[in-house]
Amino acid sequence: MGLTFAQKVLAQKAGLDRVDVGQIVEVEPDVCMSHDNTAAIAKTFARIGVERVKYPERFVVILDHTVPAATEKYAQNHKEIREFVAAQGIQRFFDAGVGICHQVLPEKGFALPGRLILGSDSHTPTYGAFGAFAAGVGRSEMAVLYATGRIWLKTPASFRVVLSGKLAEPVTAKDLILHVIGSIGADGALYRSVEYTGEAIEAMSLSSRMVLSNMAIEMGAKNGVCAPDEKTFAFLEDRAEVEYTPVFPDEDAEYERVLEFDASSLEPQVAAPHAVDNVSAIGDVAGTPIHQALLGTCTNGRMEDLRLAAKVLDGRTVAKGVRLLVLPASQEILLAALREGLIETFVRAGGLLLSPGCGPCLGAHQGVLAPGEACISTANRNFKGRMGSPDAEIYLGSPATVAASAVAGRIADPREFFQEDR
Amino acid sequence: MIQGRAWKYGDDVNTDVIFPGKYTYQPMEPEEMAQHAMEDLDSTFAEKVRVGDVIVAGKNFGCGSSREQAATCLKAAGVAAIIAPSFSRIFFRNAINNGLPVIELAEGTEEVRTGDEIEIDFEAGIVRHSGSEYRFPALPPEVLAILEDGGLIPHVRKVLGKSG
Repeated sequence: MGLTFAQKVLAQKAGLDRVDVGQIVEVEPDVCMSHDNTAAIAKTFARIGVERVKYPERFVVILDHTVPAATEKYAQNHKEIREFVAAQGIQRFFDAGVGICHQVLPEKGFALPGRLILGSDSHTPTYGAFGAFAAGVGRSEMAVLYATGRIWLKTPASFRVVLSGKLAEPVTAKDLILHVIGSIGADGALYRSVEYTGEAIEAMSLSSRMVLSNMAIEMGAKNGVCAPDEKTFAFLEDRAEVEYTPVFPDEDAEYERVLEFDASSLEPQVAAPHAVDNVSAIGDVAGTPIHQALLGTCTNGRMEDLRLAAKVLDGRTVAKGVRLLVLPASQEILLAALREGLIETFVRAGGLLLSPGCGPCLGAHQGVLAPGEACISTANRNFKGRMGSPDAEIYLGSPATVAASAVAGRIADPREFFQEDR
Repeated sequence: MIQGRAWKYGDDVNTDVIFPGKYTYQPMEPEEMAQHAMEDLDSTFAEKVRVGDVIVAGKNFGCGSSREQAATCLKAAGVAAIIAPSFSRIFFRNAINNGLPVIELAEGTEEVRTGDEIEIDFEAGIVRHSGSEYRFPALPPEVLAILEDGGLIPHVRKVLGKSG
């Protein structure tokens, strides 16, 4: 029997011919990422009693969760992080404004096929879109990685998620992954490695694949991977920091489950409060009044997302009583959006431009919700209290759905706007 | 051996309701984290929880964010163990790394109510509730070693030969 992607990468990293599902291995990740939690990790690292980070060249530190600092506490936190990376010789440090970690790692060419990447952030699986084995860990584990460079991982069983057909605008990868999560549930892929494959994946941009990998954790997965192809190699051509060797699953690999979904017939999907798997077609929630619309985050803050939203917002205005927040996922994207005139479109429509970063997605920074308010967001989580008040409601949808809803002042089907254009 | 009162919760308890994001990037000691434990799920918990209490929950406990404070705050609040049919992967690791026992057990947990007496015999791998016994599987030796050393940091200190 052949090996899955997860088995192959973990066997390689453990220096073994093969590993079996359930086998625990000791491995050294190629890249380890942490963000605004680095000061807390540094304090834990100090408790270990090791003075120097063992492999500073393997670590990436990015400030993105509370940037620029809104409070003195956040400012102090950032200051301690800057001092730590300087003292430890961690060169790959990206300060406030460069972008969200899950966007910056690919942009800088650190997220490469076949690599093992761990991050002290649950959306670390995003790098699976580039063929990396990428998973989240906790803060103590990152501190131990600083000290030793090593960690134990269990070899997960794998699911193959076959996405057939092609998505038709304005239906996006976001609608597709919400549909998958809604179908199998928040624990549907618990502790599994998910391999996305099929015609829809082949036809999809890397930005769209990142949406699928980003949200693998929302069905409990350890990682979510798309096999690298010509699009991946082209993206990485001028970016990859080192030579890389892609890893592909064997043809006869053993999958615990094979799940099939048809992308071509999909309607826009929305996750309603307070669970990501509380998903229905747009018709079920259309008309729900909203107070805020959020366009951005590590899930949907890339150029194709902004372009799609701009198609809806061009020449229109955001409804009275609605705040449209726009956060490009990185400085690189902000610059590209400026050049294309997308930012002008958003601001003319009444949108509010925020600096690249995580923004209000996790309720720690600007743009949070008051009790009784409702928000439609392109983010990946709608848990109670996630964006501020526990008495606020968060709906998740695609950039097209968010833009259409911002214009309508209530949750709206984006297809209405795209029909008008034709 | 643990004997404590149960706190019963449902499926998919996420780390945002265990420890809200607004506190996640503020420097905080475990004792202060404990004051916010379960804040957006059960506002009575932090005040009324006692040392040795046990959380009994539904599937996929600790899903969502990787924030380790979700485990640290429960440990600091005095929670002696968490019993659930399944745990989110990162929370599971964080709990072990904080020296907080997590027990994967589905059988019998539905009948548990908040306030019930629960007994956990780790050596025998048995949970006792309301006159019944339920067996749970042992953790792999690599993982058990971390838990027995009181968490990942003391474990690694031991492995690296650091004193104390």
